[in-house]
Formats: sequence, structure tokens, C-alpha cells
Amino acid sequence: MQLSLEQVGKTVGPAVHLYPMSLSPVPGAVTVLLGATQAGKTSLMRLMAGLDVPSQGRVLVDGRDVTGIPVRDRNVAMVYQQFINYPSMTVFDNIASPLKLGGQPRAEIDQRVREIASRLHIDIFLERLPAELSGGQQQRVALARALAKGAPLMLLDEPLVNLDYKLREELREELSSLFSAGNSTVIYATTEPSEALLLGGYTAVMDAGELLQYGPTAEVFHQPRSIRVARAFSDPPMNLVEAEAVDGGLRLRGGVNLPVDLPGEASRSVTVGIRASALRETARPGDIGIPGEVELAEISGSDTFVHVNTAQGELVAQLTGVHEFDLGAHITLHIDPSQVYVFDRAGDLVRAPRRQEVKA
Amino acid sequence: MSATTKPVNQKAWFLILPVFICVAFSAILPLMTVVNYSVQDIISPERRVFVGTEWFAAVMRDEDLHAALWNQMKFSLAVLVVEIPLGIALALAMPAQGWKASATLVIVALSLLIPWNVVGTIWQIFGRADIGLMGHSLERLGIEYSYTGDATQAWLTVLLMDVWHWTPLVALLAYAGLRSIPDAYYQAARIDGASKLAVFRYIQLPKMRGVLMIAVLLRFMDSFMIYTEPFVLTGGGPGNATTFLSQYLTQKAVGQFDLGPAAAFSLIYFLIILLFCFVLYNWMQSLGQAEKEGAGHA
Amino acid sequence: MSRIDLDLAHSYRPNPSQDSDYALLPLKMSFEDGGAYALLGPSGCGKTTMLNIMSGLLVPSHGSVCFDGRDVTRATPQERNIAQVFQFPVIYDTMTVAENLAFPLKNRKVPADQIRQRVGQIAEMLDMSHQLDMRAAGLSADQKQKISLGRGLVRPDVSAVLFDEPLTVIDPHLKWQLRRKLKQIHHELKLTLIYVTHDQVEALTFADQVVVMTRGKVVQLGAPDALFERPAHTFVGHFIGSPGMNLLEVEAQNGSLRIGDRVLPVPRPLPEGPLRLGIRPEYLRLVPLSEQGCLPGTVTRVQDIGTYFLVTVDAAGQSLKARLSNETAIPGMGSLVGLQILGDHTCFYQNEELVA
Repeated sequence: MQLSLEQVGKTVGPAVHLYPMSLSPVPGAVTVLLGATQAGKTSLMRLMAGLDVPSQGRVLVDGRDVTGIPVRDRNVAMVYQQFINYPSMTVFDNIASPLKLGGQPRAEIDQRVREIASRLHIDIFLERLPAELSGGQQQRVALARALAKGAPLMLLDEPLVNLDYKLREELREELSSLFSAGNSTVIYATTEPSEALLLGGYTAVMDAGELLQYGPTAEVFHQPRSIRVARAFSDPPMNLVEAEAVDGGLRLRGGVNLPVDLPGEASRSVTVGIRASALRETARPGDIGIPGEVELAEISGSDTFVHVNTAQGELVAQLTGVHEFDLGAHITLHIDPSQVYVFDRAGDLVRAPRRQEVKA
Repeated sequence: MSATTKPVNQKAWFLILPVFICVAFSAILPLMTVVNYSVQDIISPERRVFVGTEWFAAVMRDEDLHAALWNQMKFSLAVLVVEIPLGIALALAMPAQGWKASATLVIVALSLLIPWNVVGTIWQIFGRADIGLMGHSLERLGIEYSYTGDATQAWLTVLLMDVWHWTPLVALLAYAGLRSIPDAYYQAARIDGASKLAVFRYIQLPKMRGVLMIAVLLRFMDSFMIYTEPFVLTGGGPGNATTFLSQYLTQKAVGQFDLGPAAAFSLIYFLIILLFCFVLYNWMQSLGQAEKEGAGHA
Repeated sequence: MSRIDLDLAHSYRPNPSQDSDYALLPLKMSFEDGGAYALLGPSGCGKTTMLNIMSGLLVPSHGSVCFDGRDVTRATPQERNIAQVFQFPVIYDTMTVAENLAFPLKNRKVPADQIRQRVGQIAEMLDMSHQLDMRAAGLSADQKQKISLGRGLVRPDVSAVLFDEPLTVIDPHLKWQLRRKLKQIHHELKLTLIYVTHDQVEALTFADQVVVMTRGKVVQLGAPDALFERPAHTFVGHFIGSPGMNLLEVEAQNGSLRIGDRVLPVPRPLPEGPLRLGIRPEYLRLVPLSEQGCLPGTVTRVQDIGTYFLVTVDAAGQSLKARLSNETAIPGMGSLVGLQILGDHTCFYQNEELVA
């Protein structure tokens, strides 16, 4: 089903929760709503579901205006971050509830419930009550119930945030394969950029009630339209340095020159964005060096995050492998000039690094 | 800008229609009648004269009314001052879990279950000097005690009776409020070395604000309308020492059949309670808001 | 600042007989004075139980807790002089930030000017000096957590600071700043810090030594790089790393290794019989099929994770993940590749324990 939001906005009293935005999630695919808390993700999902009415704009399903239609008349399934199940019904009844409302024959319901339960690995718990299960299992029951409904639109509001980090990884993998097996349009809200990247699909970046960018996830990541998108979609945070356009490239604040090709219409003062993973410890031909002192080194298994104090400000570098650094030690970070992002004075993207083509 | 229609489901209106009709008959129509009477002089069921605001003015000037109103306000204030702290203290003393908690809850709630005129009767007997436990004990201790003869003692006895009857309600509300405080606060307080008083002042009392607000409003409204218990205990006497507002109103309306002034007064009565509750509620809300606003830009 | 020694077990049943009766299986562990430790494990593994036993909020059913050699098993948290930061910010709503920070000192009857000086010092360290007179109730979650932390640090003689998943309610981009702040504080004050979490990134970046736990049992105690390079248990290999270690069922026989239908030479002496081969996605290399000693497989999934690529390969009937940097050549879906699984970073496990 093709869901379309046309210039929808939501204002409650004096507070604007959502500024007018238009979004048409690609049907049958996963769209991730990425943004910090209070960015407006839940408000937007409620508008999509029909739980709220937009203060302005229209909601269309397959071309039909459904703006005023309440949620029970729309075919939507929703999963929340607090594992919500009917507490007095068994797992089996929980999963079967949308099917029973649909008036399907008993035998069919039974078969479908068992099939979905086994896909989510909860078939051994069918006779238990939700309160007897662990957090991850309860959330699987909620997911099974949503999948059983077979609704063309599935909304998931940060469903994994209350789970263990490792459990989150496992469930996210399973969700990925479940989504691609079905043909519902899935909207998934999250605050973590890495989750958006792992789910793939499409991403809509939101910040303070505004929709900043929508597109294929990898594209939004590698070509952020503005500084705000780059900030919201970065983990670790992107290094931002002020710079000036000079002959042959850019001069960073603090005196480092970067030979970069800029399109002609770029403004004089720009902001340069350098991803932490683009900075290296050892130089390669063509690299520019940025000297500084190590302020902090964080080791995270396979990577080391180094916080370096430089004349350009404080920079974070993500180095592969485990590196030990003394605090205050001198270090020179190297960057390939073609790997920088350039944003003009208004904050819009002017130049992004070129990347290799991948046949996915 | 396109028109947005609110999702409307008309079926719900039909479901509440029966209730709506009942409420209309039992509440709205009588209220309209009272308003009607308050602006008329009812000399006899057939003869009525429109008098406008005359009754309202007369009621405001009535000396007896002022005395009853003053008496009532003293009483309600005393009730709040005694019952709220006592209820909180009782809630703090009650066990938090296990069978003891359930047993204590039941025992504490017992006085709430007694019909109000029976409460009056219990205390009537309780206070008698010849066969009442309290009256007789006081007599044996040498205290001259008579709730029918001494005005102050009668007033205090009514207060004591109300405290005995209604403090458990405050205690139960405060108990519910206390149970909703997460354990981590108590743990943090233990780690910070806070004394029990500090824990009460900085953790328990602030977190109980919601339920205490409900308790204060409820006790205020109920005590301001109190009728049955003092009527059964003292009949309003000696003199009019324990004649509170609602009894005064009833005397006027039922006893003297002065429907006009009684109707006017009951409207004023209703507005007084409404005003007090509004002020109290806003004041307590603003206490909570002041904390949040004091933070400024975070 | 104290050294903490644990020699205990904890069970909620009176007479525990089997492993499942224990919340914490018998363990013996020391936390050195001034060290930063992390207790890492999934929910229900017993890490919060261990933390509460150390802080004094829980008394262990068996065994003892010693601070600097002193038995404190039955001592209260005040007596042990520890500080604890909880999962959600615990602050006194009616007080300002300064009053919140001063509270533990006021309770100990410290003179007012000393309090003021210490509060100023701690507020400076936490970057909260300009907020001292604001009402604590109106601040954001990460600032409230800083206040909770400050209340713990304000006591100059605090023996240890214990953290119970403190960054759970914090936004991802603020988590970075708070983690850095914690490391700076550790460096400046040299306190014993013990941090409970289920997030491996938090544990590895924060701690000098990580205790990995599962189901009430301590599985490995070591430095972050040791846990990453040589996990002593398959659970550690699986739990640490995102994604976790690839584990293959193999069989060692007479100096050769049988994987599926391929036979490869054994890289170093191995015990005979069925084993599990563990190799992290970061070390799994994709090589041309012609290379010696590689395992052939088919690419089933390619994911662009922004700063790297994650490639899933089906080989020998099992699914493996490889992490490739942006600069290497990424194979397309369905292509045949060779996996170099034998190398210095490969680990072998028998009965879930590391053997080679």
C-alpha cells in the first residue's frame, strides 16, 4: 500500500510538534525514522497510524484521503518500546487476537499462530502468560501479534530499546529477514544511527520536528544534505571545522590547507566535515597532516577512538585496531583531502567524498 | 489548507443516553429548580412572587448565617490541620509488604465503612459520663466533661469524632502515594547518609504531593458539608455551638419552609466550596510548577 | 579509595544444591584500589546483584566482602562509604543543584565553607558551575545523572563509586560526552570505579579490566584487548564485538582440520575431536579462491554500514560474517569467494573453553 503524507503538521497549543512535511515511504520496504528523542518520530508515527489527526495537511493511502479516519478503520499494526501484550491472555491468544477479530476459522488461526511463533522462536511458550517471559520474549510476542495481523503498514516505535545490547543485535537480524520476507511497508523509529545502517532500506532523518532528508539509507549517510543531517546521522559525531575557501582549496581554521575541488558557487566561509573513520594515524601519499595532542583514548574492542586537541578544535578519530596512547602525547592525524565533506555557510552540502560502486 | 475532520463515532452517544437521562432527572432538573426558587418568594405552593436578588442580599446580611459560616471555617481548618499530618504519620508507620500490610490496611479502613449516623450514635454513647467509656474515664480522672452542656467540649468532641472517622482516608491515600516511590530513591538516600527526617522532607513529601492534594481537597469539601455526624451527636447544640453550615441550611429550608432564602443560600454555599477548592488546587499546582520553572534554561 | 575483595556466593534459596539455585555462583575476586572495572553481561546474569552486594544494599547468603582487608559484609552503605549512581537519575526535586551536591556533606556535619568549596570543585569538574543555583528538577536527563554522579564524588573519602547502567536513559550523542567525563574523572581523582552494563562498547571504553558474566557465573576477567583477541569462553567471543565472533563446527583429526567437506592443515597443535573454531568478523579475510588453505563460500548479503561493509557468507553449511573496510573491494551478492579463516587471531574451543 502506498502511504503518502502531504504537508502534515501537528501543533498542540503553542508548541509545534511537527513542522509541515511531506513523506511517501517506499511501499513494501523498511523506512527508518532516525532522530534524537523529542525529534517528532512518535508524533509522526501516530499521524501515520491514525491515532492523531494532523493540524494541517492530508494523509493518503493508495490515493484515498484517510485523514479523518480513526485507527481502527485503518489496517495498521504497531509495536511499542514497552513490551505491550494482553496480560491475562496466553501467548497463543495474544498472537491469535487480531486473527480472531478478523473472523477466521479456528483451524486456520491455529496454523498461522504456530507458524509465526516458530519463526520468532517462541513456539515453546505458547501456553504461558506474558508476565512469565523475559523482556526479549515478551517483545517477540508483541512482534508476532503485529505480524499475525498481516497489516500492509507496520509501525515500530523503538521496539528494541529496552533490550540488552546483544539481544537487540539478534532480534534486529531476525526482524530484517522477517521484513524482507513479508511485503508490508515497515516504519521503524530509532535514535541510533548504527541501527538505521544495519536495517538498511530507507531512512528519514528528523530533528526538532522537521523532516530533514529521506532516501536510501546508505545514500543519506554518505550524502547528508546539511550539517544537521550529518550531525544526526553520525556515531561517533562528525568532526566539524570552520574553513575558508582559498585558491586551490580550503584553509581550515588554525592554519591547515586542504587541496579540494570545490564547485564554483560555494560561499567563502564553509564548514568542513570529517568523519572519525576518515582520519588515520599513518600517512599515505597525498594525505594532509593535522598535528595535535591526545586528550583521551577509548578502546572499543576492534577500534580505538582517540580524542585529539588540535589547532582546529577537538577532533575524534576512529582507528582500527587497539592502540595505546599516553595522555598529552603528540599525534598527527592524516586525512585524504578527497574524503572531506564541505558545507556552505547556510549549512547545506556542497561536496561529498566519492565512493566505490557496490553491487548490492 | 484542506479541511480536517475529527474522527467522530456517533454510536457512543446512544450508549450514554440512558445515563444522561437519569442524571438529568436526578441532578440537573433539581438544580434548575433550586435556581428557580432562589429568585422567588414562595408564600404558598400556589402563590409565588419574583423577587430577583432580594434573597441573596438577605442571606448575605443574616447574622446567624455569618456565625454558622465562621464556625464552619474554623472546623474545616481544624480538620485539615489535624487529619492531614496524622494521616501521613499513620501511612509512614504502616508496613509496606507482606500479610501484615494487608491486615493493617483492613483494620485502618474499618472506620470508613461505618454508616455516618451510626458513627454519631457510637460517639454519643462513647461520650456519656454514665455508660460511655470516654465520658466515664474522663469523669474518673476528675475532668468535668459534658458534650451536651459545655459548648467548647461539644465542638472538640465533634472534631475528635471526625478525626477518628476520616483520618484513615488520608492515611490510605498517603500510603498509596508512598508505595509509588521507586526503591532507588531510598537506596540513594541511605548512601547519602540522610536521616529519616531528611528522607521524609526531601523524598517522600515531594513525591506525595499529588495524593496529598487529593486528600486535602476531599477532606475540605466533605468537612465543609458535614451534617449527619454532628446532627446525631449534639443536634447542633448546646445553643448553636456545633451548628455548621449545612445544618443551618436544612433548618431554614425544611424546618421553617423558607424555600426562597434556603435556595439562595444553597447556591451561595455551592459557590463558596467551589471557590475554596479552586484556590487550594491552583496553589498546590503552582508549588509543583515553581520547582520546574526555577531551573531556567537547561 | 579502597581495595575490594569478594569471596562469596548468593542464593535466594536456603539450601542451594545445583547451579540454577544460585543468583551468583561461588566466586573469588579482587578489585584493586583506583582501578576502573566493568561488570558486563546480559540481563539476569547477576551483575546488579554483585553490585548491590558490594554497595551494601544486599547481604550475600554465603561468604564475605572486605574493604581494605576489613570485613564489611554486614556493614551499611554509609559505613562502607561508597557512592552509587542508578539507572535513572535520582535527585532531590525540591533542591537546587548546589544543595543536591552538598547534601551528603551536610548529613555528615561538614562545616559550611568546606562544603561550598568542595561543591564548587566538583561542579567545575562536571561542567555544571553555571547551573549551581538552578532547580534540579527542571534539568535534562544527562545533567541529572551528572548530579547523581557529583553527589557520589563530593565526599573526599569515598571508597568506591558504583554505577548501575547509568547511561540507559541518555541519548546516544550525549553518551559520548558522559563517557569521556567519567574517564577524565577517573584519571583526575583516581577512584575505584565499578560499572555495570550490558553494552560492550560502554564496558570496553570505560574499564581497565572487564568482568564478563553470564547466568550468575564469572566467565572471564581481563583487559579489553585480551577479551577481544583471546576470549577464554565462546560466550565472551559471542558477547563482545559487534557482530560477535563467528563460530564454526570443525573436527581435528591426525593433524588436519575437517570443516564441512573441506580438509585444511592444522595451524598449531590441537586436541583431537570435535572443536569450535572462532574467528572475529574483523579478522576474517576474503581472498581469491585459488589461495591455499581457504574455505570457499557464497556471498548471501552485503550491507553498507557507513564506515565499513558487513558481508555475510555461507560456507560449509554455516553462515559467517566478515567486516570489510570501505577501501577493500566488495564482492557482489551471490559471488563465490574464499574465506581465510586460519590465522593468528583464530581461536579454538573445546566444550566452550579456549584450548588453542
